Parts: sequence; C-alpha cells; structure tokens
Amino acid sequence: MLSRNYKEKTIEWTLFSVSVLTVVILFLICLFLFRDGLLLFKDTSLMDFLTGKFWYPTSINRQFGLLPLFFGSLIVTAGAIIFAVPLGVAAAIYISEIADPRIADFLKPFIEILAGIPSVVFGFFGLVILVPIIQDSFSLPTGQTALTGSIMLGIMALPTIITISEDAISSVPGTLEQGSLALGATKWQTIYKVIVPAALSGISAAVMLGIGRAIGETMTLMMVTGNTAVIPSFPEGFLASVRTMTATIALEMGEVPQGSTHFHALFAVGSVLFIITFLINLIADSIKKRYRFKVD
Amino acid sequence: MANKLKKYSILLLLIIGLVFLGIGCTGTKNNEGSSAENVTGAEPPSAENVSGAESASILLKGSDTVLPLAQAEAEEFMAENSGKSVTVTGGGSGVGIAALIDGEVNIAPASREMTDDEIKSAEAKGINPVETTIAYDGITVIVNPSNSVSNLTFDQLRGIYNGSISNWKEVGGADAQIAVISRDSSSGTYKDFQKDVLQGDEYRPDALIQPATGGIVTEVSQNTNAIGYIGFAYIDSSIKALSLNNGNGSVAPTEESILNGSYPLSRSLYFYTDGEPSGLTKEFTDFVLSEKGQSIVSTVGYIPLKK
Repeated sequence: MLSRNYKEKTIEWTLFSVSVLTVVILFLICLFLFRDGLLLFKDTSLMDFLTGKFWYPTSINRQFGLLPLFFGSLIVTAGAIIFAVPLGVAAAIYISEIADPRIADFLKPFIEILAGIPSVVFGFFGLVILVPIIQDSFSLPTGQTALTGSIMLGIMALPTIITISEDAISSVPGTLEQGSLALGATKWQTIYKVIVPAALSGISAAVMLGIGRAIGETMTLMMVTGNTAVIPSFPEGFLASVRTMTATIALEMGEVPQGSTHFHALFAVGSVLFIITFLINLIADSIKKRYRFKVD
Repeated sequence: MANKLKKYSILLLLIIGLVFLGIGCTGTKNNEGSSAENVTGAEPPSAENVSGAESASILLKGSDTVLPLAQAEAEEFMAENSGKSVTVTGGGSGVGIAALIDGEVNIAPASREMTDDEIKSAEAKGINPVETTIAYDGITVIVNPSNSVSNLTFDQLRGIYNGSISNWKEVGGADAQIAVISRDSSSGTYKDFQKDVLQGDEYRPDALIQPATGGIVTEVSQNTNAIGYIGFAYIDSSIKALSLNNGNGSVAPTEESILNGSYPLSRSLYFYTDGEPSGLTKEFTDFVLSEKGQSIVSTVGYIPLKK
C-alpha cells in the first residue's frame, strides 16, 4: 500500500515538474524576447516605432516603422479568415452531418495530409502556380500580392479549422439532434439552429487556432507576398504587395549583426507579434467561456 | 485547499528563482560579448583556433554570395586532407567581418571590400585585416526573355530602382508597369547594388523583396514586366541578362568583360584574414588559389582568377 502511494506521488511530481518546466521556459523566452526588443528604444523612440510609416533598416536615415509590417500581417490574415472560415466550417458541417460515412472516412485523411505539407512546399506552389494566375486575372505588374498570400494562408489554415470544427460538431450529443428532429424541424434547421450553436465554442476555438497559424506563418508568405514594406490600403491593398512581421524577421535576421539596433528592432517586432498572439488566445478563451453550451 | 495553496506557492517560488537565474545569465552575457556573436564567441574551438595556428580546424564565416563556393572548396579540401576540418557558415559579409574583428573566425569571406570604419575598428582591436582575392563575380541585371529591352544605361537602371522610372516604355520597351525586384536588405549584393547603381539613393519602397536569388530568377522567368539583379553564377536560359552602359558603351556580362573589368558591375570576392594567412588557414587559402581550387570556382559558376 505504501509503495503504491509512493508511486502515485512520484508520477504526480514528475508531471508537476514537467509542467513547471514548461512555464519556466515560456517565462525565459518572454524575458529574452522583451529584453532584446526593449533595447531598441535606446536608439528609437517607442512612438516612432509604433507609428512609423517606413521600414528602412539599413539606410543612412534608418527608420524602424512598425505600421507597414503590422498592416501587412493584418490584411493577409484578414483575407485568409474571410476565405477559410466559411469554407472550413461548411466543410466540417458537411463531413460530420451530411456526408455519407464512407465519403467522410475518405475525405478526413486527405484533409489531415494537407496539414502535414511543409509550408515551403505551399510557398513554392503559390509562387509557381498561383502568382502568375493572379497576375493575369487582374492584369497586375506582379502576382505577388496580399491576395495571393491570403489564399495560400487560407488553404493552410483549412485543415486546422475543419478538423477541430468537425470534432466539435461530432461531439454534440445525439439527443439534441433527435429532439430537434422530433419537434418537426428539418435537417437543415437542426444543423443551423441546434448543432452549430451547440458546437460554437469548439468552432470558435478552431477559428482562433486558424488565425494563430495565419499570424505566425512565415515561409509561404515570404515567398508569395512580394515583401514590400508599404502600408496597404483597404480593400485595394489586396492586389498590392505587402510584407508581414514574420517575413521581416526571417528576411533580415540572417545577416544582421547581433547587438545592433537593427537586431533589436527585429526582436521588438517579435515582441509585438508575441503580444498579438497572446491577445488572440485570451480572446479565444473568453469566447469559449461565453458561448459554452450547457448540454448536460 | 491547503494542498493547492502549497502547490501554488512552490510553483511561484520556482518561477521567481528561475527568472532571477535567467536575469543573472543575461547580465553576465552582456558584460562578456557586448558587440557581436555571443554564441560563436562562447564556443571554445573557434577561440583556440584563432590563437593556435597549428590546430586541425579553421572557421569561415561571412558572405552568402561566397558561401556555395567556400563550401565546395572546403569539401574538396577536407576530402584531400583527412583529419583537417574547415567549417563554413554564412551570415553575410558584414557579419563575417565583424566576427573577424572580434577574433572569432580565421577567414571572413566577403563580396565587398571592408569599409574604412571596419578597418578602423579592426585596428583599434589589434587586428590587421589582409585581403586575398579568390574569384570574380558580376552583378547581372535580368529581365524576362520576352522583354524587348536588352540594354540599359546606368541612369535608366538607377531611375528604375529609385522609383523615377516606372514604365517600360520610358526605357524603350512595351507600355507596361515595371515590377522591380530586389534582394532583402541584409544581402551584401543589395548593398553593392545600392552603392554602385543607386549611388546612395534609397530603393523604391514598393520594390518586391525576394529572400533568395532563386526567388528573383523564378519571378523574372514568369513575369514579363519584371526586372531583377543576381550573381553571375545564377544566369540560365529562363531569363535574359541585360547589357549595361555606364558611359563607356554597352557591355554584356560575360566572363571576359567581368575579368577585364569593362563590365560595370564586376566585383571581386575576397577572403579576409588577420595578418598574412598561416598554418591551416594558409593551406586552405593556397588550395583555393591553386589550379584545382580555381577549377571549382568555375564549376560553382563564378569566374576564376587565371584563365
């Protein structure tokens, strides 16, 4: 009896220390990120960084303006959401509620494979196939635009949105559906009045995770958006080239001397990105709580 | 409840302790390596190598343009001399030179000459940079093969890249907007091009930035309105190299014109060392300059010193 207790305690403590370690690692990452990011403000004022309209990191009159990068990320992510959320949720509803189980079993693994494709492959596909198509269909000087990035990002976020939404929809208790049908509601009324609302917290989580992937995506966007640090207008900006925050870090970190102002500027951009992701997670959490459907 | 409270307090204490530990680490790091490369500086082998000339391994760090060449040379050199090791990393000309000044590397490959500032700060640290030319390269301006424009003057090229010219018809081509493509700002070629062609002007802010030369080649090969610049080694049949005129007539980028300096964007590729090369550094440099080493230069696509 004693040894069994001992074993329990050991397992408990191992798991406890692993989780403590995770928290500590996260704290240290924050610490290093913000420490290097804050050093930028020895040379540039915070206002110049947050409201600057130009990103000229290596010229003589260098300027570290966040706005073009921030709006670049924003417009590409917004485009991806507009494209991927309706499509993803519709696909999830189809797979879990409408499709023949055999078709659903066939579709699911394919969607999961889509999630496993490396982003550089998506980027290459976008560069070689989608970029010329966009250029021709809108007669643009180049097809490397925010729209191209949005479409690629949307495709990449789809598997996340579909699989998690599908899980949420499938886990809605069958009694709810049967009850609705018994009251005389049609299949479609049941789906959008009962099942989707009941699964809403899961669907919101799926959407937020999709956004999380979109905001943090680097490689594909670097390859297809043209990386032009100009503030995009809306909605015409979709047909212009943009540069995202992640692409800037990836582009410039390679050759930037460590400890220089430029180096700290890239860390500052990383800090902003971190804060944004953190806020998105907080929002996702609160949505989840607010819409929690009491099914018991 | 009490158990929970205990757990929380332990967690809190642990976090506080480790955060302070972290702060302690960052503090010492700040004192040691304030300028560049904490990571490399902390590696014992590189530090030993620089001081001891007889060591069996050397470290190269610098230009991404030279990287494929230096890598190929190092592989061949190590295949011929077992037990001797040559480590090559990129990072950019500026990073390599900074590392040389800090005494962290044996050779800094560079696609540009050291600036006066860099030479000054090297001398201040007691480093005596010696330049060895290892190969030649020419920055080549490329367009789509279907573009009717086949030569540009320096003023036209400068106008295209600083934003004063935006339509191909202004330089004798079709009526179409020019899609201007550049490398990213951390590239040495970006800086060479800015110095030689833009002569200090800013790149137009709406230029497309590609992270690698391969991206420029792909975009130019499929976009009829695009213009870009690449290293000579990257020319292939999917793109068209332009002849350039900086006042002395139009010159096409060829091995001859780059070698005799008549091509206006020809440049040398360098190895920078602290003092004359010695020990393994000398062995490797001699290998690169040897007939075999120079034939590797041709294979990689750059232009060898002796023909």
